[in-house]
Amino acid sequence: MVTETDSSSPDDIDWRSETSSAEMSQRDRLAEFYEQSIYEPAVVAWSDVRTRLGIVILSVYLLMALVEVLGLWRNPAPNQAPRLLAPFVNMQYPLGTTQSGVDLFALIVDSTPFILLMVLAGGVWATSVAIVVGTISGYKGGTVDTVITSISDFFMAIPGLPLIIILAIALSPENPILLGVILTINYWAGLGRSIRSQVLSIREASYVEASRTMGTSTHRIILKDVLPNIMPYVMVNFVLAARYTIFASVGLYFIGVLPYTGQNWGVTLNNAYNQGGLFTLEALHWLLVPIVAIVGLAFGLILVSQGMDRIFNPRVRTRLTGKSESVEEESDNENTSAWV
Amino acid sequence: MNYYLRRTVRIPLTILAVATFTFGLIRLLPGGPFTQLRIQLIRQGVPAEQVNARIEALQNIRPDAPLWQQYLDYLIGVAQLDLGRSISLNAPVIEILARALPWTVFLVVTSTVLMFVIGVLIGAIQAYKEGSRFDKVASGSSIFLMAVPYYIFAVLFLFFLSFQLNLFPTGNAVERGIEASLSAEYFLSVLHHAALPIIAFTIGGVGSTALNMRGNGIQVLGEEYVEVARLRGLPDSRIATKYVAKNAILPMYTGLLLLIGFRLGGTVVLEQIFSYPGLGYYLISAVNANDYPLMMGCFLVITVTLVIAVYIADLTYGLIDPRISAGDSDGY
Repeated sequence: MVTETDSSSPDDIDWRSETSSAEMSQRDRLAEFYEQSIYEPAVVAWSDVRTRLGIVILSVYLLMALVEVLGLWRNPAPNQAPRLLAPFVNMQYPLGTTQSGVDLFALIVDSTPFILLMVLAGGVWATSVAIVVGTISGYKGGTVDTVITSISDFFMAIPGLPLIIILAIALSPENPILLGVILTINYWAGLGRSIRSQVLSIREASYVEASRTMGTSTHRIILKDVLPNIMPYVMVNFVLAARYTIFASVGLYFIGVLPYTGQNWGVTLNNAYNQGGLFTLEALHWLLVPIVAIVGLAFGLILVSQGMDRIFNPRVRTRLTGKSESVEEESDNENTSAWV
Repeated sequence: MNYYLRRTVRIPLTILAVATFTFGLIRLLPGGPFTQLRIQLIRQGVPAEQVNARIEALQNIRPDAPLWQQYLDYLIGVAQLDLGRSISLNAPVIEILARALPWTVFLVVTSTVLMFVIGVLIGAIQAYKEGSRFDKVASGSSIFLMAVPYYIFAVLFLFFLSFQLNLFPTGNAVERGIEASLSAEYFLSVLHHAALPIIAFTIGGVGSTALNMRGNGIQVLGEEYVEVARLRGLPDSRIATKYVAKNAILPMYTGLLLLIGFRLGGTVVLEQIFSYPGLGYYLISAVNANDYPLMMGCFLVITVTLVIAVYIADLTYGLIDPRISAGDSDGY
């Protein structure tokens, strides 16, 4: 049983090795931080084809969002172009037009910031709730654990999409951040559960034991010993939660149960589907353009999540920065347990 | 307490919690639960003083009773399988749902089993031939499959196979005019209608299953007990099934609980696209018609189905992993 061993007052001996900080200037520390947290991960990430491709894809979406925010492309409006223009025919309208003469590229670009914001909100919400719930219930154990586990069991017993639909009717969310939160309203439960089981095993690790014996506060143990260990898993799952948010939102927009103002990818898909896109090959691009937008974003996210594993894998990291050669290949995606 | 007993006791508790939650949700919906019905009744010329009585007769909730009374009435209704009357379809909700439930269960069970079997097989072959060309191609396509939501497959199938080539029907669960019977004609019709939804739903999940299985398989193949089994001269087939497959599949089983939930929820979109008359389809039509009793009935039945499905999955988990039935279950 883990109990509060932190009766220490703040002016107790500090076990952090801060002796070296006296010799290090602010500049050195920044340089080291840059080296360890930005440069090395970037090298590792870039060395992997999958991550490289994923980063490029995601950058394209960010660029599209930037184009929209800066107003560099026309806004979608009916009859702004000839009807059902095929893509790549007229470079004025690169992706073609819809039946009512709306520029499809404008439609896609127009909702990119909205989608990205929603996806970010969904991912951040799902993972942060899961981290809090998982670490607390895993580390504390006892009654706290029982209560939290029962609550998340309850949320896991409710199927996501139907719940989201009913909440969407009750709250009619049009703000992307609120929508992102609603879409992942019970996503955290499963993730929290698996974080909990990881924390359970970390809790027994000898270095945590050591920290406890030294009288380090629970707060600090969680922050410094437990969280860094589950971070890789969390980052991978952040990306997967983001993917789930896109899938759920587009699916629900597509079947027309989420409220919306203006068009977005899902609504475009819905319009294409319901207004004749299914029946003629001439309208196929109308259906395909939003599909490519959705799949592209999800693909970029998944590639990054696959590569992320390597960034966090210390063995791969030392090898790639040339500090060690004796590391075996292929230890990737062992904890990418994406399964939805 | 015994694992099975504890799991069994938890079912009614979960259902009670979900029913309570549903009751609360009804009150959260815009305009309260029965505004729609009230307007409709008044429009039909029912005198204002009789409206409450009519609502009570239709929905077995007394609108003027205190909240706790309504709650008790609701729970009793649920216990007696009385979920009120659908406003839009003008039939008891439970009757509609009883007809819809088998179709949804059929879709989810078939596609989930197919997905699991295909994914595990592909992933296992990949793990055995790690680094081979097959492994690379399969990994690449798995990652790509993970990026495509199942409803995209559904839409594309519908576009090409149903509307352009007329190979498959575009709606319903069976041909009109074919009676439900044990005839081959009926079964073929059912399969013909369910084929596209099932294939779309299966493909949507194969990628991640295969990747998972590959990761687990590679890990297990590196374990010492597999090496020992080889040294003992056990036949390869026995090692593959008893040692590798079993231990690689086991960790995936815990994800099954979440998986069933996501897939059951996913039928909402799937059935809507294929106009397949399951629970999800009725949920959406109830949403579009503002038919709250049907909506909440669908929600409740989908949730109860999930609770039972997870229960069954849990029981089989005990068969695979002996540690479970020996107690100490929540270790994962």
